Amino acid sequence: MPGKLKVKIVAGRHLPVMDRASDLTDAFVEVKFGNTTFKTDVYLKSLNPQWNSEWFKFEVDDEDLQDEPLQITVLDHDTYSANDAIGKVYIDIDPLLYSEAATVISGWFPIYDTIHGIRGEINVVVKVDLFNDLNRFRQSSCGVKFFCTTSIPKCYRAVIIHGFVEELVVNEDPEYQWIDRIRTPRASNEARQRLISLMSGELQRKIGLKVLEMRGNAVVGYLQCFDLEGESGLVVRAIGTACTLDKLSSPAAFLPACNSPSKEMKEIPFNEDPNPNTHSSGPSTPLKNQTYSFSPSKSYSRQSSSSDTDLSLTPKTAPYPQGPRIYLCPSSPSLSCGSLHLKKSCLLLSESSLIPHHSSLVSPVLRKSVSFSEELFLAASGMGSGSAGKEGGPFKALLRQQTQSALEQREFPFFTLTAFPPGFLVHVGGVVSARSVKLLDRIHNPDEPETRDAWWAEIRQEIKSHAKALGCHAVVGYSESTSICEEVCILSASGTAAVLNPRFLQDGTVEGCLEQRLEENLPTRCGFCHIPYDELNMPFPAHLTYCYNCRKQKVPDVLFTTIDLPTDATVIGKGCLIQARLCRLKKKAQAEANATAISNLLPFMEYEVHTQLMNKLKLKGMNALFGLRIQITVGENMLMGLASATGVYLAALPTPGGIQIAGKTPNDGSYEQHISHMQKKINDTIAKNKELYEISPPEISEEIIGSPIPEPRQRSRLLRSQSESSDEVTELDLSHGKKDAFVLEIDDTDAMEDVHSLLTDVPPPSGFYSCNTEIMPGINNWTSEIQMFTSVRVIRLSSLNLTNQALNKNFNDLCENLLKSLYFKLRSMIPCCLCHVNFTVSLPEDELIQVTVTAVAITFDKNQALQTTKTHVEKSLQRASTDNEELLQFPLELCSDSLSSHPLPPAKEHLESASSNSGIPAAQRDRCSSWIELIKLKAQTIRRGSIKTTVTVEKASPVGDGNFRNRSAPPCANSTVGVVKMTPLSFIPGAKITKYLGIINMFFIRETTSLREEGGVSGFLHAFIAEVFAMVRAHVAALGGNAVVSYIMKQCVFMENPNKNQAQCLINVSGDAVVFVRESDLEVVSTQQPTANCQSSCTEGEVTT
Amino acid sequence: MTSELDIFVGNTTLIDEDVYRLWLDGYSVTDAVALRVRSGILEQTGATAAVLQSDTMDHYRTFHMLERLLHAPPKLLHQLIFQIPPSRQALLIERYYAFDEAFVREVLGKKLSKGTKKDLDDISTKTGITLKSCRRQFDNFKRVFKVVEEMRGSLVDNIQQHFLLSDRLARDYAAIVFFANNRFETGKKKLQYLSFGDFAFCAELMIQNWTLGAVGEAPTVPDSQMDDMDMDLDKEFLQDLKELKVLVADKDLLDLHKSLVCTALRGKLGVFSEMEANFKNLSRGLVNVAAKLTHNKDVRDLFVDLVEKFVEPCRSDHWPLSDVRFFLNQYSASVHSLDGFRHQTLWDRYMGTLRGCLLRLYHD
Repeated sequence: MPGKLKVKIVAGRHLPVMDRASDLTDAFVEVKFGNTTFKTDVYLKSLNPQWNSEWFKFEVDDEDLQDEPLQITVLDHDTYSANDAIGKVYIDIDPLLYSEAATVISGWFPIYDTIHGIRGEINVVVKVDLFNDLNRFRQSSCGVKFFCTTSIPKCYRAVIIHGFVEELVVNEDPEYQWIDRIRTPRASNEARQRLISLMSGELQRKIGLKVLEMRGNAVVGYLQCFDLEGESGLVVRAIGTACTLDKLSSPAAFLPACNSPSKEMKEIPFNEDPNPNTHSSGPSTPLKNQTYSFSPSKSYSRQSSSSDTDLSLTPKTAPYPQGPRIYLCPSSPSLSCGSLHLKKSCLLLSESSLIPHHSSLVSPVLRKSVSFSEELFLAASGMGSGSAGKEGGPFKALLRQQTQSALEQREFPFFTLTAFPPGFLVHVGGVVSARSVKLLDRIHNPDEPETRDAWWAEIRQEIKSHAKALGCHAVVGYSESTSICEEVCILSASGTAAVLNPRFLQDGTVEGCLEQRLEENLPTRCGFCHIPYDELNMPFPAHLTYCYNCRKQKVPDVLFTTIDLPTDATVIGKGCLIQARLCRLKKKAQAEANATAISNLLPFMEYEVHTQLMNKLKLKGMNALFGLRIQITVGENMLMGLASATGVYLAALPTPGGIQIAGKTPNDGSYEQHISHMQKKINDTIAKNKELYEISPPEISEEIIGSPIPEPRQRSRLLRSQSESSDEVTELDLSHGKKDAFVLEIDDTDAMEDVHSLLTDVPPPSGFYSCNTEIMPGINNWTSEIQMFTSVRVIRLSSLNLTNQALNKNFNDLCENLLKSLYFKLRSMIPCCLCHVNFTVSLPEDELIQVTVTAVAITFDKNQALQTTKTHVEKSLQRASTDNEELLQFPLELCSDSLSSHPLPPAKEHLESASSNSGIPAAQRDRCSSWIELIKLKAQTIRRGSIKTTVTVEKASPVGDGNFRNRSAPPCANSTVGVVKMTPLSFIPGAKITKYLGIINMFFIRETTSLREEGGVSGFLHAFIAEVFAMVRAHVAALGGNAVVSYIMKQCVFMENPNKNQAQCLINVSGDAVVFVRESDLEVVSTQQPTANCQSSCTEGEVTT
Repeated sequence: MTSELDIFVGNTTLIDEDVYRLWLDGYSVTDAVALRVRSGILEQTGATAAVLQSDTMDHYRTFHMLERLLHAPPKLLHQLIFQIPPSRQALLIERYYAFDEAFVREVLGKKLSKGTKKDLDDISTKTGITLKSCRRQFDNFKRVFKVVEEMRGSLVDNIQQHFLLSDRLARDYAAIVFFANNRFETGKKKLQYLSFGDFAFCAELMIQNWTLGAVGEAPTVPDSQMDDMDMDLDKEFLQDLKELKVLVADKDLLDLHKSLVCTALRGKLGVFSEMEANFKNLSRGLVNVAAKLTHNKDVRDLFVDLVEKFVEPCRSDHWPLSDVRFFLNQYSASVHSLDGFRHQTLWDRYMGTLRGCLLRLYHD
């Protein structure tokens, strides 16, 4: 009996007129929690009723407290007929369940009806009394804090970062139940809203349990998504990073307490690894790699089975896991052949070495697909990253292996975080991603979501092995997504392979000398750019040079990542938003044929997207991408690819070369002229962009750079097989001169189109900048004005004669026009920057393309912006060094008991035993591989097992309980309905977040049967989104907060039927409710609080960089 | 490629003042876009016409949604759907309730009924104000009228409280409501030279002095709750005004009055002789206006009468405004010296207001 929920209904206002005769309403309220319902009295004849009810008390399990939403229904009393519902309010009481968050929910909530929208407001007060019961076997996880923010929340310090947590729950979608045929749309919508609310509560509780099991007390970077699978059900899934957080304002006394109990935190033995070469590349032939991919396809067994099925075991236990592979597993190999031709014809990027190189290989089919996969890999990972130079190499490799094996054993080496304390990231390998095409099947038993679990497990394994191939032991900036069309579903996961600071991994228990060497090598501000893998064993060909900053270590020429720019990185000039957009037509097909077709298209899409990104990056004169997010959307008759990232010029990386255009028919004079004309245009654009983004790297003479490099420079685009990579490959030098130029071969009209489209991207008007990361590199003086917005556009394609080119153009125009509109609308904020620009593409119908953009415009001070980057860098460096000492003392909880005694071998054992324990019959494996799947690029996870297994682990963790009863904090000023700011960023410029009140996670459905009357589709959706914002703000205000940070609109599913005058929309949003204080108001406060120093410097770091 | 749906929603609702004005002025989206293009905004911002179109549509949609709230401005303040800074809210309300001089002159003093609404077509044609804008302004008048009609207390305060208008605009609305309630004729040709400001000035004076509310805290008729304190003229006062007739009916009194005025003004007035010649006519005119006010019909013609009986005669004799002031001051003051006249307070209540009105009405 651990909780008492108390609810009081105070008053209503602006109620709709329910009685036409009197123009008034006789309103009363039903308060429901679980199966208990209370009612207020009827307040007769008023649009502003004052119920002032007693306290309704619900005595409930804390499990229910976490799962169930409080449901408040406002009704109009009718003596003779049934009472009419006015609307409902769902209140998630989770924020009341942990300490430090809100203590009371009190305020005006919009009364929402799924048919009529907001109809007045109701004033409600909610409180929870929790009772302690520490020894109880826990099903609940009250006390675990959740944050959407993908960095350590501002007023906390990470004591331990435990690692990846994931969970998913499935259910039948009420919309597709038989009963839906006989109930009203309203009832159906409400059933859905309620179910999803329940499911996300359950999901959160289960994740919380996992966190408690890991002895954490919080989840950071919590990302919850819904998959509306239609007939086959409803999936709610979430990922996050478990942490032990310590509130900064409280003295650090808590720290040892948290460290000591972690017995598991045994030091990783750092002695010589008996088997250092486990994942270094032995000579492997592409052919061998390919044998895994072409595993025989079998019938599609649709039965779900043990969720522990590890589908990707085969490649992992392979002796050569490092090769970039692409798993083309279509039912018939001939398909991959066919796709090859396609690839060649649309290949923009032409390496003259491509063909000759391949001809040396044996099997034409396999050979080509392998080389292709390397291309993809290369493009995706953006030339990977650097490792130690000559001296540091072997040592680092060793170290890496050890930490890596530690991570493999004990941890899911995935982190959903995108921003880290300085020094945390040692090296960044590059982007790793994996995709898989699945056929959806009805979920027969909601309690056994194993199929979905297995799907994700498979992908995470893939990611993991890809990261390993990049010489990285962890994946940061990790995220997962799906795209569903009818019964086909594309699962995607991506992240950035990285090497994390070993200091955090073992907490200072290593042999002294090793540690010292480490310290020497410890990254300066350019460290994260250095390649993490052995230069002689590069997983893919890359063009390495010595770091332009320290001149000691190797760096790649281009770096792609999914994370935010590290605060200590040196950037020259400003950054900009770079997008690659792509459409591919696809034949309409059913089920397996459809999935096969999609699988075949995917690699080409990925490839082209990456080529486009690379071209655009070079066109901007930049050399690194941050916050890369590639979205592939599947529709009935097309696939869309949209990649967004923020391009920057990293001082540590070499100056990017230009783009050269090569004509195919050099004889033709006029053609030649045309080519040279284009070339000139491109060169001009590059020059212009450099000026625009203030990219003026200090001139470094080639000699200085060139001389210390002993071996000849390698061409960036060498396509070597793995076996060759250990040789000094000098014979394939494709230099076009000193600078490496990116060659575009124009061999047909398609290529021409592509070059043209490169040049059509218009830069934002002056005074405007845009990026999709948290902060704009090169701008560090934000002023306090922010404007968060959502913009949605849907275009209808003319169905006649659609070609890929026309489609591409339409899509490109759509995105460009959308951006132009944003610039125009926000012109009054100039100078300003659009931050965290988040594009989402969906294909609701055959000829419809929907693009949803959410971003925040932040003003900045132009004059201060002119301050030199140098001083800024110095400042941030200083900060970094101090912060290093103060803030970064959290070890990763990595090592296991078993690991400490057996450093590496257990890795295999574990995997093997996992496969044998889970008892996957061979047939099942076949089934798995026969899922039409295409998994690409790298990264990883060790899954902890399905829901079933984790839930039954009998391990009560006291960590959470100790905390969550300390609820004595005075209630903060609440329920004055003031301004509530919303931002997708984790901070508010010019302000300090003083308190996190809890996660906001809301799901709404809106439907109309009078579309025209509500202003058509635009009017309908405009009103709905405004209402969603209003409801989010109201909930935050009721919690006592004044802002939502890390706000995200995860889903906006819009369906219309203009002929029936109907439309429906589903929106899912989430974020962190916070209290912030303006920095100007803060000074008084901070002097009273000596411990706040640390805090504010941290905030400042975020704000100013 | 056609755009099916195109929206922009900000956490803080974006309000473009220029577009708001175009919307209030009743322009269609197409016209508004054309007007914006003509303003040179494309050149300033480098935007395209398509962008402008989409932007305009967005704003129009927002305004359309806001309009419902603007009908009851306190709702705009308390609603949760649109987050708008207070200064912007004030601007939205103030602009929404602002009206065109040309339009208000057309409907001032008319009954705010369906019948008048039907005439809006003609008014629109006549004034060049779009019909949509005319409707909005008319509906605003009517809405304010309906809300404050039944209310007691200060008219201006009531309007300000329920519509959150600025002091100046609230006073204008008070005048409009007052005129509509008393149906003063303002449309006659000879009144065309008068501006809304002139009438509003008079209305304010009349509200302050001639209504029930003007009498003081305790209304003279405590139970007549049907009488609106500020909107209806004080009936008793109007009845009493008949008593003033003695000033012109009693020949001695009239002569005495005239001689008092003439003595005082001799040498001070440029138009002394004209004044002297016209004194009896003018005085008769002013006093008869007062005596007639018992009839509703004559109340409606108040301004016509004032112009006919006083403004026009003076104007035809080319009285300068300063002379009119001297005359009226002396004319009202001299009555106090008339021993036989017993209605000094009544006279002051009447003449104090009338003098102010006449001075305001006296111009070309």
